[in-house]
Amino acid sequence: MSQAIAPDQAAVLADPDERRGGTGTLRFVLTKIAEAVASVFLVIVLGFFLFRLLPGDPVAFMARDRPTDPGQIAELRERLGIDKPVLAQFGNYFVGLFQGDFGESYIERRPVLDMIGERLWPTVLLVGSATVLAVALGLWLGIRAAWKRDSFFDRAQTGIALTFWSVPQFWLGLLLLVATNGLFPSRGMHSPDAGPGFFAQSLDVLHHLILPCLTLLAVFYAQYMLVMRSSLLGEMNADYLTTARAKGLRDDLVRRRHAVPNALLPTVTLVFMQFGTVVAGAVTVEAVFSWPGLGQLTYDALHGPDLPVLQGVFIVLASAVVLMNLFAELLYRVLDPRVRTA
Amino acid sequence: MTAATTAESARAIAWRRRRAGIARTWHEFATQKAALAGLFLLVLTVLLALLLPLISDQSGLDVTRVTGKPLSPPDSQFWLGTDIDGRSVLLMTVWGTRISLLVGFCATALSVFIGTLIGITAAHFGGWVSAILLRFTDFFLVLPSLVLAIALAAVLPQGIWTIVLAIGVTAWPSTARLVRAQTLTIESRPYIERARALGGGHLHVVTKHVLPGVAPLVLANTTLVVGNAVIADATLSFLGVGDPTSISWGAMLETALNNGAVTRGAWWNLLPPGIAIVLVVLMFTLVGRGLETVLNPRLKGRHS
Repeated sequence: MSQAIAPDQAAVLADPDERRGGTGTLRFVLTKIAEAVASVFLVIVLGFFLFRLLPGDPVAFMARDRPTDPGQIAELRERLGIDKPVLAQFGNYFVGLFQGDFGESYIERRPVLDMIGERLWPTVLLVGSATVLAVALGLWLGIRAAWKRDSFFDRAQTGIALTFWSVPQFWLGLLLLVATNGLFPSRGMHSPDAGPGFFAQSLDVLHHLILPCLTLLAVFYAQYMLVMRSSLLGEMNADYLTTARAKGLRDDLVRRRHAVPNALLPTVTLVFMQFGTVVAGAVTVEAVFSWPGLGQLTYDALHGPDLPVLQGVFIVLASAVVLMNLFAELLYRVLDPRVRTA
Repeated sequence: MTAATTAESARAIAWRRRRAGIARTWHEFATQKAALAGLFLLVLTVLLALLLPLISDQSGLDVTRVTGKPLSPPDSQFWLGTDIDGRSVLLMTVWGTRISLLVGFCATALSVFIGTLIGITAAHFGGWVSAILLRFTDFFLVLPSLVLAIALAAVLPQGIWTIVLAIGVTAWPSTARLVRAQTLTIESRPYIERARALGGGHLHVVTKHVLPGVAPLVLANTTLVVGNAVIADATLSFLGVGDPTSISWGAMLETALNNGAVTRGAWWNLLPPGIAIVLVVLMFTLVGRGLETVLNPRLKGRHS
């Protein structure tokens, strides 16, 4: 699912419609924020449609494996508010979301928001560390590859990156599990026998983190590397580099001070644009390693199916992606003076 | 009478040019060795998948009629070993091709259909129709497609058609954007204005001029989308939302993780389906990139 992303998003950034206007930054920012709010609203509507309307009667679903008499069913229907018309249901649901009421899990009988809150930090830890490493590695390799274009290093690195890119993430995770063969823990985030104290606990979490993080890293870095490479290649023949060389600057100074900062722009925004792919990667990799994050929560809820939990995760993840994209668009505006003054 | 013959010959001219164009495209495509190799392997794989019921026996896939021991490593009888139920991994991988390709092609057809429809509509009609469709497309482009596909697969009945639907309705935005851009370029050309001036309606302009114009790019895009659809199918099956009774690569990997093949280090349960996925995706990518180089005017003469 990751492959189609790069060109589209490059297209989003380069779309002439988005750059037209030139009526000032404030208007641009407000438009973008309004669009993001509309998107979040659409996410909420979609969540209602997908999880409340499409599956049919949740009470029938909840009562399917236990004997329930009609009185209990009516009571349950009233408690869940599904005896009301659809629009009133949507109103309740919408207001509830803003009061932090994401419904109650069918299986654990707990508020969904609490469950999501518990699972948020492990995902942030995993995804954050993998992203930081992937950006660092991708930029470094991309710069090297572009600077020595068509060299053996360039060809080999591009080939490796493309291969990793077409590999399904979960498969890579499974392979790592089998290849390391018990060297690293295969499940969860903590082991029961880890010693007390902050240091021992952190070391234990790190030990569990290595494999899932490595898996995500292998899949993510490819995109950063390829974008950095092609973006730097685009700058290679620019006049200002010839000038810099003519001044007699050393090769690596030309690269570090002149070429790279200009080529960095698309890559920086890509980090935030890529958030959707990152989320998808986290779901599958957490499922492989039983990492107790949002992905694992989704995976478990999928097998219930625990619809309120799936709905909550869907709304939280999709809204996060919308916000990250908003941030990327604003950041691009700030970083690129050409767009700013347009 | 004369009008009829000129109309007929105009159509004949159009077709002759189209045939010549296809032949030229093929010649340019054939100069790219990697793309040609990808196409050759792809045709071979599709033929194998189609002819499989004639050349291979499906009974080995039935859990109740297995002959092998559970999780035995590769040997002379089972070249790629057996899975937890004692079935031949080689046989399962080969039969898995059918489901993966079926889902890949169907999901792609659905997604390309939606994408082309929305893209052409947005570009052709313009105005508020275009504005709404574009917002809609951007919304779906941003939405994490795997999460949406999981949501769809969770609420619809289990089965491969649910997977097809889930991938199809989440993968279309990139096609829609591409088609919209291409339609805009085509519609700005003078011959469209001429067609309109001669009284051609929306249907005439779209079917006779726009569709043939966007078709080449859509074709290249389709090939790339199939690769993504195959990965998405494997991912969804791996997450357990596929048809539990059919054999697919994703489902094989799910079984390997959940039924102990991974903890016992049975690498022969992992490598064949995974390598099959990567190979199929790679073939589609090679062909797609080859087609894109030939058909996308923006990439002409670029070598990176």
